[in-house]
Amino acid sequence: MDLTTHEFWALIHGVILGGAFLLAFSGGLAGFYGLRPGWVTREGLHERVRRLTLGTTAMAALVWFTVISGTWIVYPWYREETADSPKSLLLANPDTKDWHEFAMEWKEHIAWIAPMLATAAAFIVLYYRDDLIKNQTARKIAMACFIGAFVIAVIAGLLGALITKKAPVS
Amino acid sequence: MEARANDLKPSGPVAAVLLASGIGGVVLAGLTIAAESSESFANSLAYDLEVGPLSGKTIWAAAAFLVSWGALTAALRKRDMNLGTVGIVAAVLIGLALIGTFAPFFQLFAPE
Repeated sequence: MDLTTHEFWALIHGVILGGAFLLAFSGGLAGFYGLRPGWVTREGLHERVRRLTLGTTAMAALVWFTVISGTWIVYPWYREETADSPKSLLLANPDTKDWHEFAMEWKEHIAWIAPMLATAAAFIVLYYRDDLIKNQTARKIAMACFIGAFVIAVIAGLLGALITKKAPVS
Repeated sequence: MEARANDLKPSGPVAAVLLASGIGGVVLAGLTIAAESSESFANSLAYDLEVGPLSGKTIWAAAAFLVSWGALTAALRKRDMNLGTVGIVAAVLIGLALIGTFAPFFQLFAPE
């Protein structure tokens, strides 16, 4: 039942931060969707924006932590120049080399677009706060950034999970 | 709850963060393509030997995002921008970033 340091950080990067990220996304998306004039009372608006601020800020922070921990902590173990590193194992077999050459090469780059979009979404909410309901263009753009960040993170997360299944960092 | 546009804060800072996210993405894509096409350039981005060229690509992309966000905020903070147009420009930049970071695309630039 013990985890090595490598497995522990792979768990933090892929499961703990990823799970929290999904929770933050669900709350944030519901908040964005319902923030329309006529759908919210004046009394309810402040509480809804408070939760939206929390969800979007948490998601932005989580995505930054996820990409930084992935790139600077887990990735060096993946690409170690040893015969038994995940990258070496994947490249050694013609049947699995695409898991590195396509999946990992795509994942390691696309993932870094997500925190920038999530930060943009969080900033728009923090900037307008309760007035976001009055600017529906800004709400829609923030929601698009938020969903975009999520889709990109899901692509990277899914590829990471599949790569780990083939050649875990351990 | 509808309000006139002039009741709201200027949209310049929002335009700044949207454009900065696109600029950060495009810088990441540009560096990814350039590193793929030149091994010596890729090696020059390996500020951390264990992380390799990805260290330089991500540092410069994050720096481009933060610096352009700051500079654009300073330039646009009191201006009211058409957010619809800014959103389209940012979407185009993000689209270019997504294409440039798609492995089968940037691998086209690898030397024979």
